[in-house]
Amino acid sequence: MEHKYRKEFGCLILKMPEELDHHAAEFLKEEADGLILKYPVRSLVFDFSNTRFMDSSGIGVVIGRCKNVRFSGGYVKAVHLNEQIQRIFQLSGLRKIMEVE
Amino acid sequence: MEDLKNEMKMEFLAASSNEGFARVAVGAFVAGLNPTVDELADIKTAVSEAVTNCIIHGYEQKGGHIWIQCSIEGNLVEISVMDTGMGISDIAQARAPMFTTKPELERSGMGFAFMEAFMDTVEVVSEPRKGTCVTMRKAIGEG
Repeated sequence: MEHKYRKEFGCLILKMPEELDHHAAEFLKEEADGLILKYPVRSLVFDFSNTRFMDSSGIGVVIGRCKNVRFSGGYVKAVHLNEQIQRIFQLSGLRKIMEVE
Repeated sequence: MEDLKNEMKMEFLAASSNEGFARVAVGAFVAGLNPTVDELADIKTAVSEAVTNCIIHGYEQKGGHIWIQCSIEGNLVEISVMDTGMGISDIAQARAPMFTTKPELERSGMGFAFMEAFMDTVEVVSEPRKGTCVTMRKAIGEG
């Protein structure tokens, strides 16, 4: 499974998968960490515009990548969350630890 | 009036690729009650959490089978997700938000918290080395 990404003005934008569950999380973690190493950018953006479903496995993916990027002084945010994903962000407290747009 | 009493059972391999199948199958079964988009998302998320727990914790990603039993009576949905895996020794601890036995897998420890947030009731019956059964209920169409 391939996840799309793009680089823009020193920013790495990760396209999150349609269904972000434990199954997708396993692939995504590895791929995202590879990209973060390959492109030492200042900020990482999780783009949820294609994502229709996310469960608690997705939280682990987001928090894990946040730690990796912030460790090197980077900045993280999440964009284009649908209502279901906004609720997951709210309930899990993810909203409090990162910028959501 | 249509008689709204219905039941289904399914059994599948505890593989992560079946997580999507399981929640979509339960979602399709419940669709007859005309749930709202939010209600359907709640049920799918809760099923996904329960099934993921069976795969990661019950069977520690080494296979095994998962059973889902689902019934509809009136506007009440009851879903049981069962495995014959390692079981839970301390259920109260397992249900506590943020608690996880697998931080190395980047598990958030929010699985049971989500089931409780999205469903009306969540019951856990478990015995070490025998398995776990999680039964969740939700009334549809009551806001």
